[in-house]
Amino acid sequence: MDILRFITAGSVDDGKSTLIGRLLYDTKQIFADQLEAIESSGRLNEDGQVDLSLLTDGLKAEREQGITIDVAYKYFSTEKRKFIIADAPGHIQYTRNMVTGASNSNLSIILVDARKGVQEQTRRHSIISSLLGIPHLVICINKMDLVGYDEQVYNQIIADYKQFAKKLNAKDITFIPVSALKGDNIVEGSELTMPWYQGPSLLEHLEQVPVSQDFNLDDSRFPVQYVIRPLTAEHHDYRGYAGKVISGTYKAGDKVTVQPSGQTTTVKSVELGGKVLEEAFAPMSVVLQLEDEVDISRGDIIVKAAENLEVAQEFEATVCWMHNKALKPGAKLLLRHNSTETRCVVRNIDYKIDINTLDHLEDVDQIQLNDICRVQIKTASPLLLDKYEDNRSNGGFILVDETSFATVGAGMVSEIEF
Amino acid sequence: MTKRYLDYLDQLEAEAIHIMREVAGQFEKPALLFSGGKDSITLVRLAEKAFRPGKFPFPLVHIDTGHNFPEAIRYRDELAERLGEKLIVRNVEDTIKRKSLSEPKGRYASRNALQTHTLLETIEEFGFDACIGGARRDEEKARAKERIFSVRDEFGQWDPKRQRPELWNIYNGRITKGENVRVFPISNWTELDVWNYIKREGIELPNIYYTHERECLVRDGKLMAWSDFIYQEPDDVVVRKQVRFRTVGDMTCTAAVESIAHDIDGVIAEILESKISERGATRIDDKLSETAMEDRKKGGYF
Repeated sequence: MDILRFITAGSVDDGKSTLIGRLLYDTKQIFADQLEAIESSGRLNEDGQVDLSLLTDGLKAEREQGITIDVAYKYFSTEKRKFIIADAPGHIQYTRNMVTGASNSNLSIILVDARKGVQEQTRRHSIISSLLGIPHLVICINKMDLVGYDEQVYNQIIADYKQFAKKLNAKDITFIPVSALKGDNIVEGSELTMPWYQGPSLLEHLEQVPVSQDFNLDDSRFPVQYVIRPLTAEHHDYRGYAGKVISGTYKAGDKVTVQPSGQTTTVKSVELGGKVLEEAFAPMSVVLQLEDEVDISRGDIIVKAAENLEVAQEFEATVCWMHNKALKPGAKLLLRHNSTETRCVVRNIDYKIDINTLDHLEDVDQIQLNDICRVQIKTASPLLLDKYEDNRSNGGFILVDETSFATVGAGMVSEIEF
Repeated sequence: MTKRYLDYLDQLEAEAIHIMREVAGQFEKPALLFSGGKDSITLVRLAEKAFRPGKFPFPLVHIDTGHNFPEAIRYRDELAERLGEKLIVRNVEDTIKRKSLSEPKGRYASRNALQTHTLLETIEEFGFDACIGGARRDEEKARAKERIFSVRDEFGQWDPKRQRPELWNIYNGRITKGENVRVFPISNWTELDVWNYIKREGIELPNIYYTHERECLVRDGKLMAWSDFIYQEPDDVVVRKQVRFRTVGDMTCTAAVESIAHDIDGVIAEILESKISERGATRIDDKLSETAMEDRKKGGYF
């Protein structure tokens, strides 16, 4: 059994909470006491049934003020897979929350109201999913019950979406007609209501999407997090480099290079918890022992010698700004990439991305909360970067305010200059 | 090419180990909060995987309410001894005396809330800048909103509006002096994941997790372990039942469930059948108000 991490997007009116509630309810992941709690709230839907959308309701402040605080995580599993849902609010002012949820997701469910068709919201969520490199998109055309389960309506929305999706960098797009309220095509099929639809239900699709291929196993990257030195009689000379294989594979005998120093050596053993493993691959957390004594500390990256990763201090990146204080050219920030932290300066804002159209808006002098832009960054120390589109695990970084230490931006490397 | 496939438990394990090592790499004085319950026992196994053959880069810290199950306390001491790791115990009893705190009285009396005082005192005493805990997001709706690195102010308070967004596998542990970070490596695990991991790893648990006969008080339809600590009313009935514990916390607010599961397969089978959530079945403290957990977290609870 493996794990699929996905995000749900769409405004509240599109039935996102009902969809999540339905997935949990129909897969029997809701406990009686949780159901009782929402039943006792006395809120029923238009069919006089329990309002499943209340299951995703969160904090007191949210209920009181109707504000939504960041992302909530929900879990369910079937015999085939474990699922982690990043439940992010969908409004434009919550772009940063969607980016947060999308950063770890393999799949995006985008809800479309069958009565309204492709909206600005649909385009925006698709664009963000595409910018964040989410490999699989599922366009759920919801509220089919309100359009008489009409196949023509469904086909028209697919045609409209495909026209728009030409400019997206999306590899795998699936369309599914559903009614989250009635439960058509969510967990069960829709033979009675939509006999014209031959594809899988949403859950069947979520169970089938291949996720193992989403890990990059070609470019070997091992950022060192911590050096294990027991200094005991038994392990007097032991020196193990603890970290996560964020991409690629490692085994004993592999020739490796340590960056940024450029020293080369050979992997002596791959271990976990004191036991030797035959091989480590992404996303495993392991310990590497090396043949030669080389100087390695936290933040260094061990790569396969043949793949000589480049070291850069200047690069271009797509940044989603996540803070109320505007970002201006010349801003000095902390940048965290894997286990490395360094100072950086945002030298120039090249353009802002219109997240409804993907158009470039030039001559912008500052970037506001929830804006996505292209910037040039220079760092104080060298970083070991990949382009985000080549390696999602080694191409992302965060920006941190120097005084408040708040996380203020999410960045994705787009061009590296040497 | 060989197929490289990582089972869900391996993926969860790899994520948790990564988080623990980030704590070791980013903080000067971390601690692992250890209660002798299944979630913190799981954390200890993950720490072994993260740092062996080295020692843990943090001590185990137990905030003892004085109302714990003796089986859990015995397990705690034996585990620390066997691992050769440092165990720090601080007692709620001492805080109550020193600060003249009033103990809650009446039907729902529990030291659960007072635990926060001792936790914050202990953090101050040792200058801990990060405390690793076994909370999971599936437990409760306020916890579903919790970050993996959760920044707390100098009063230990959680402010849901000030939470830092968490992206990819990058964790921002930067804090100003006086603040601390609560870290939850098994955030993405469910109750069933924890049990399946315990089974896979062959981890021994305190025996109260398996069926045994015990004197119980029936209170609000729940079975409370009969002990000197529990508030009793004249009409309370004590019954002998075949029970086990789904969570192990303070004896005054943790209820038993009727069970015949004498081994881990039996426990897993029961959880798969259960129609009640873990906290719904066992915790009195969450029932006191709609936002009991959220309020406790804002007050510094973990």
